[in-house]
Amino acid sequence: MANSTTAKTKPAAEPAQRDSMMAVIAPAVGWLIPGAGHIIQRRWIRGVLLLVSIGTMFVLGLMMQGHIYKANGGDILDILGFVGDLGAGGMYIVTLAMNWGQGAIAFAIADYGTKFMIVAGLLNFIAVADAYHIAIGKKQ
Amino acid sequence: MTIQLTHFSAALVFALFASIVFGITHRETTRDMVRYGLYCFVLFLGGVFVAGWAMWLVRR
Repeated sequence: MANSTTAKTKPAAEPAQRDSMMAVIAPAVGWLIPGAGHIIQRRWIRGVLLLVSIGTMFVLGLMMQGHIYKANGGDILDILGFVGDLGAGGMYIVTLAMNWGQGAIAFAIADYGTKFMIVAGLLNFIAVADAYHIAIGKKQ
Repeated sequence: MTIQLTHFSAALVFALFASIVFGITHRETTRDMVRYGLYCFVLFLGGVFVAGWAMWLVRR
């Protein structure tokens, strides 16, 4: 009797453990690579659309000679810009490592580019939260 | 490599990609995602036109 109870509870515990692992891994991977949090949970189309949308927006921002913010303790708008940029995860890290996006914002389109990169990061935060909700079963 | 977008094309690209992400993340079913994405896109572009005409009126 006791054995049959153990046998019944053990398979149920494994998916629960897997779900809790996914609730940590999916947001982390999704932050690093936009859309990857959805892709590892087999939401292929959603993941690819997020990757293309957020990735293109960030790259377009760079190509428009937008400015990328670094960690700073100065002006509040600079801090908020950094928080937004940070949301882009791996793309932000690569951009900093390659020393891209360091020019001054000299014209309107460069300012748009700066905003494109910040918004791409903020959209990725939303995508990360969505990947988490899928992982915990709150969303399909 | 640099790119020069016009003000309108920058707004169009912004509206397109932001709407896709909003649609995917804010709704449950595929149908609702598409509908909400289109709704956001129309609102974004409508906002651009309204703001454009408002600025034109202010300038006069």
